[in-house]
Amino acid sequence: MSQDAHEHKQSFISHYIFSTDHKMIGKQFLLLSTIMACLGGFMAYLIRWEVAFPNVPAPFFGLVSPDKFNAIITLHGTIMIFFVGMPFLSAFPSNFFIPLMIGARDMAFPKLNMASFWLTFAGAVLLVASFFVPGGPVAGGWVGYPPLSASSEFAGVKWGACLWLLALAMAFFSSSLGGLNYLVTAITLRAKGMTYSRIPMTVWFLLASAVTFFFSVGPLIAGDFMLIMDNMFGTGFFLPAKGGEPMLWEHLFWFFGHPEVYVLFFPALGMGLDIMATFTRKPIFGYKLILWSTVSAILLSFIVWAHHMFLSGLNPILATPFSITTILISIPFAIIIFCMLATLRHGSIRLEVPMLWMLGFLATFLVGGLTGIFLGSASVDIYLHGTYFVVAHFHYTLFPSVFFGGFSAVYYWFPKMYGRKLNEKLGLLHLALTFIFFNGTFWPLFRVGIGGMIRRIADPSFYPQYHQFANWNIFATICAISLIASQSVFLWNLVLSMNHGPKAGKNPYQSNTLEWLADSPPPHGNWGPVLPVVTSGPYEYSKPGESEDWHSQASNIKGETVHG
Amino acid sequence: MDGPVSGSGPSAGPASDRRMEPARLGIILFIIAEIMFFSGLISSFVMFRFSPVPWPPPGQPRLPLEVTSANTLILLLSGLTFFLALKPLKASNSQLFKGLLTATAVLGFIFLAVQGAEWVRLLHFGLTVHASIFGGFFYCLVGIHAVHVTGGLIALLWVLNKAWKEKYSAQNTLGVELCRMYWFFVVGLWPILFFLVYLI
Ligand code: HEM
Ligand SMILES: [Cu+2]
Repeated sequence: MSQDAHEHKQSFISHYIFSTDHKMIGKQFLLLSTIMACLGGFMAYLIRWEVAFPNVPAPFFGLVSPDKFNAIITLHGTIMIFFVGMPFLSAFPSNFFIPLMIGARDMAFPKLNMASFWLTFAGAVLLVASFFVPGGPVAGGWVGYPPLSASSEFAGVKWGACLWLLALAMAFFSSSLGGLNYLVTAITLRAKGMTYSRIPMTVWFLLASAVTFFFSVGPLIAGDFMLIMDNMFGTGFFLPAKGGEPMLWEHLFWFFGHPEVYVLFFPALGMGLDIMATFTRKPIFGYKLILWSTVSAILLSFIVWAHHMFLSGLNPILATPFSITTILISIPFAIIIFCMLATLRHGSIRLEVPMLWMLGFLATFLVGGLTGIFLGSASVDIYLHGTYFVVAHFHYTLFPSVFFGGFSAVYYWFPKMYGRKLNEKLGLLHLALTFIFFNGTFWPLFRVGIGGMIRRIADPSFYPQYHQFANWNIFATICAISLIASQSVFLWNLVLSMNHGPKAGKNPYQSNTLEWLADSPPPHGNWGPVLPVVTSGPYEYSKPGESEDWHSQASNIKGETVHG
Repeated sequence: MDGPVSGSGPSAGPASDRRMEPARLGIILFIIAEIMFFSGLISSFVMFRFSPVPWPPPGQPRLPLEVTSANTLILLLSGLTFFLALKPLKASNSQLFKGLLTATAVLGFIFLAVQGAEWVRLLHFGLTVHASIFGGFFYCLVGIHAVHVTGGLIALLWVLNKAWKEKYSAQNTLGVELCRMYWFFVVGLWPILFFLVYLI
């Protein structure tokens, strides 16, 4: 057929580099985020090394002096959130799976999609380039609070700050264009019969993530622009000396920043729900309830931002309403988690690797979510703000979402992406090591934080009151290094299985959703001459009176089944 | 590739369900993102505007109210001509359509030119971006709006070019409508900025 012939004619450049095929763009995002994760991981190692062994040169790097330490924590955060979390958890699955799961041939705007990837790429390049400019990279923390970030007079960093702000702008534009594309695609290009109540959770939650990003980022783009003006053109929007207001940035940043944490959480939840349905052979409990809870969580996420600013000089009268909204927002998430538990109940659970990763995600995320409720209460936060408790909290939310959730998706869909299965033993080993060392790294930080240790300190040995935590910190660092090293199991598995893994058929898990009807890997245009016509919902597993325990969403395309 | 089972009804080709045009939805979403962006800018400005600090600060020039009022009318007029342009196109009155479209572009261009001339004057009077927050906000709000007008104008010239080549017809109006939605956004935003920056 014509689409096939088209694919063979593509040159290397149009196929791998300037591709407009949604699957190739998805893979590009995956590759970029993997590279950036290696970079971010290396920085994590340097941070932990310096905290545990202050003033001892770090192997493979040298001494992490305080100025380098500040730059490294800043870039670690920025890279992990905008150049690992966003591409790995949002852009990669949105690109790869939204068209496949709704039965479309590609995105609504393929060229815009390509632009979105190259914008992220340019942002990553700018960020890395900031290591090589005079003054080095920006060092004011990933939240970029002025006046440190607004004038080189304070931090001694001019070009680094500008590059950082430009890189952020690239990431914002990229994710906005991406989000626009995902939304338009899902609304206008659904296959026949793919009604709103038949859309799989993965797609719903990727859209939730896109909407949340889309509506919250605008003000921060404005803030980013104003900060660039402050740095480059001498305005003083955020500089008190010129009549500016530094807190304005904090508002703009956290108005985006809090919704952003849900942007990085929703995809993991949606993909987790689909994985759960497949491996419990049961319909999702409370499909509509989950969706409406999500809607309310999105709405609430726009009115909680000041819980990051309780100690910023915010009017204390505002602390109470923001505490209340913050604690309220845990209700919809509690509902969703209970729906997930109810889905597990009486399921015929298959503990395969993706399912185990998903359960690992739930178990660890729960700790992060629950500690958030403590922090949301202004009276508790006054004590905990700025300590390692906060660091532990957000790593217990972000790491589970991005890595446990992201890995469960990669293990689950790898057969679809590359036509081969990942090695299960290595997958289990990867999970076991990651789970143990993740908890080993961040659990001690709760203890250290409650003990009062402040984050962003290069040399804790300088402060006598922190000497008591030295062993905790060394333990956390050893676990962190092991955690980073464990990821090589995954990289090895990828390389091995991509070339030598057992061939997977179209539908290795007997799953219902549409992507399992396409070839593995799906060809250019995804479907043959005939588009799927959807006749049933995504979760019709174990229907009474049917011979098989699954039921593909489209009946007009015959998917071959390979058991096991 | 393995053959999908065909013969299951009219499923070949794109879905025939009536759905929104992707490009139209795309523009709507784009405008929403723009609105969020401007709300960030505007609320930052309002925060300063209503602080106890005198505004405009002493020593900084007052803004050219009269010229800009007239200019506002010009921009609004361009919105009107674009509004009126669609009907003749749908009624296959190509001449009137092209005329109104051209008028829109000319009015938009006049608006930009007058804005530019005013800025040159203000710069001479010492209203620069770094002279005060006032200057910073003035050029940010008004300048970013001007960038948007320029963007709209480029799109408009593109549409105009196609219109003169008779590429549009009563059935094929999408390009014109998309450009028009964006132009309405740019035109509709201006009175708000004008009110906030110049009037109060
Ligand atoms: C019910 C859920 C949650 C609540 C109530 C909550 C509450 C909070 C509060 C009050 C803080 C501010 C602590 C401080 O700085 O003193 C905070 C920080 C943070 N939270 Fe959460 N959170 C929740 C879920 C999440 C999720 C799901 C994520 C990410 C996926 C997340 C990521 C973060 C991050 C990144 C920070 C710290 C940013 C920084 O200061 O560098 N949180 N959280
Ligand atoms: Cu928050």
